[in-house]
Amino acid sequence: MKKIAFGLTTVALSLAAATAQAGEVEVLHWWTSGGEAAAINVLKEQMVEADHTWKDFAVAGGGGESAMTVLKSRAISGNPPSAAQIKGPTIQEWGDLGFLTNLDDVAKAGEWDVILPQVISDVMKYDGHYVAAPVNVHRVNWMWANPEVFRKSGASIPTSWEQFIVEAKKIKAAGFTPLAHGGQNWQDATLFEAIALSKGARFYSSAFIGLSDTALRSQDMIDVFDTFKQMREFVDPGFSGRDWNIATSMVINGDAAMQIMGDWAKGEFTAAGKKAGVDYVCYPAPGTSGAFTFNIDSLAMFKVEGKDKQAAQKDLARLILEPKFQETFNLNKGSIPVRLNMPRDKFDTCAHASMDSFLASSTTGDLVPSMAHGMAVNSMVQGAIFDVVTNFFNDESMTSEEAVDKLARAVKASM
Amino acid sequence: MNTKAANSGSGQTQSGRPARLSLADWMPKIVMAPTVLVTLVCIYGYMIWTAVLSFTGSRMLPSYNFVGFEQYERLFNNDRWMVALTNLGIFGGLFIAICLFLGVILAIFLDQKIRAEGAIRTIYLYPMAISFIVTGTAWKWLLNPTNGLEKMMIDFGFVNFKFDWLINPDMVVYCLVIAAVWQASGFVMALFLAGLRGVDGDLIKAAHLDGASTFTTYRRIILPSLKPVFFSALVVLSHIAIKSFDLVAALTNGGPGYASDLPANFMYTYTFTRSQIGLGSASAMVMLGCVLAILVPYLYSELRGKRHE
Repeated sequence: MKKIAFGLTTVALSLAAATAQAGEVEVLHWWTSGGEAAAINVLKEQMVEADHTWKDFAVAGGGGESAMTVLKSRAISGNPPSAAQIKGPTIQEWGDLGFLTNLDDVAKAGEWDVILPQVISDVMKYDGHYVAAPVNVHRVNWMWANPEVFRKSGASIPTSWEQFIVEAKKIKAAGFTPLAHGGQNWQDATLFEAIALSKGARFYSSAFIGLSDTALRSQDMIDVFDTFKQMREFVDPGFSGRDWNIATSMVINGDAAMQIMGDWAKGEFTAAGKKAGVDYVCYPAPGTSGAFTFNIDSLAMFKVEGKDKQAAQKDLARLILEPKFQETFNLNKGSIPVRLNMPRDKFDTCAHASMDSFLASSTTGDLVPSMAHGMAVNSMVQGAIFDVVTNFFNDESMTSEEAVDKLARAVKASM
Repeated sequence: MNTKAANSGSGQTQSGRPARLSLADWMPKIVMAPTVLVTLVCIYGYMIWTAVLSFTGSRMLPSYNFVGFEQYERLFNNDRWMVALTNLGIFGGLFIAICLFLGVILAIFLDQKIRAEGAIRTIYLYPMAISFIVTGTAWKWLLNPTNGLEKMMIDFGFVNFKFDWLINPDMVVYCLVIAAVWQASGFVMALFLAGLRGVDGDLIKAAHLDGASTFTTYRRIILPSLKPVFFSALVVLSHIAIKSFDLVAALTNGGPGYASDLPANFMYTYTFTRSQIGLGSASAMVMLGCVLAILVPYLYSELRGKRHE
């Protein structure tokens, strides 16, 4: 009898020893489309290699709104996941509420302060301490084009919004949809901010970061709305409510000529087996070649109970910043690594252009956070801007002057 | 529950009468206590909590800095809320009216002692078995101008056929009405059919003997006696209209722009995705007010009716 008990205890102890190292991480994210899912799988495999259990907690929905709702209810009930895809000013909001854990020891061991550009590490810190690990940098002001459609309709790639309208008319006359677009508020806002950025990074910053009333009511802003309204005639009638990746597939299939979308669209091209520079081409959104609107994805780490879970969480944070993951993840996702001095040879021409532009714009002050992707303002102000922008795009009777007035009032009311 | 408790009590009265009797007395209360408690906390408690939150400046998580009626002021200055309220008026009014009308007509037709009535009734009632999410998604495909009805008609040769309500901000709310009516009119039919079957056959025979036509019989005798059914249908339909959320979420997601938002979608967006719990709670309270505005007169008339009997 005693022997059995002893035997059982040994088994139990050895099991405990084995699991003390291997913990579980639960990761909440909304990387669910083809290229994105492939990208996050890389991290999952690396965690499994390190003997940890990966509990996937994916909540579909492009803008991540549903994922945030789930996260809030989990956090309020005292059961947050180990890591969640939170970014930009929202990291600070969660930090204020005291939910995030300190990653300073991992950051110190991995020399995050050295390998990350200042603009990235600032976003990852709350109160001077690292609380989140960045996974990638997206450039939002990209234009994806199908050269075949351009050739068939005799149009050339536009470099300004005036030219865009001229070329789009040619494409439309040839029977193609000039602009692949999905009528969801964040996609409307992505197009809108690309047009606003063509008025210069200074104007963009004072309007969407400083939220200055004069900038929001300026003539420039009225012009932006005017151009934005003209885009309405270049989208197909079925655009309402369409997901971004469906719009991308219109460019892939040759139904549409262009899409204004961040470089996560490249993941869709890659997943469809297309080659950059041959089957599709990438250009900065018209009029924004020198500027860079960034969207940095990051996994914020929540306070979790249990030594094994904490160990797994630290391993997760460490792995995210390691060159191997940075390379494979970003190759799949279409973005560029957050680390400086990474080998570049595996990346395509679009990524090279993005890396060059990232470094160049950070010195000229043309590196700005994306409003449409929650990097510039908090969710309340962002929601207010979205409402005005998307309503204007769909309401044929609203004039640009009215829209500008609404925008200024809505922003003020939400602050 | 009540009778069971009483029975077991009376069965045990022979031995130790006073103690057992008091247990029997307490039994119904003990059995009911969890239900009452759960109802008080989970329904009325949360209602009160929402009411409290609507007077605070809560943003991402609930907080208790009271700001008076400020959230309500912001709510009624909010363009999107006014759109949602207007939509509720249009959607609710049309949805209830059309459903009642269609339901009554269908029920009268089905009441003509036809063959295979059971099968037909099931077919008409079937949409009610489908969730609004499915209804919304299916109608989204049907109404989509590039691959739905419009494309079909164009493929048939009607080149100028145009049906783009789904992407037209002025018309999109009628798309909601179409889908919702499709879903709920079968249910109204079932209610009225049950009511029709309950009408005293002798009464109808007497009317016919007096020389009344079928039309007159329905108009003057049968339908007036269905007043309670009518009120039940009205109450159920108006609840569906006010709490409507899933249909909008699946069919239009509030779009284009926010032209097809209903109050429930507004509440969800502001409370859960825009970190404005205070404002969202205020909108929830306004919705509760709408429900009460229908429920209270209904309950009042019900209770008064009972007293007369």
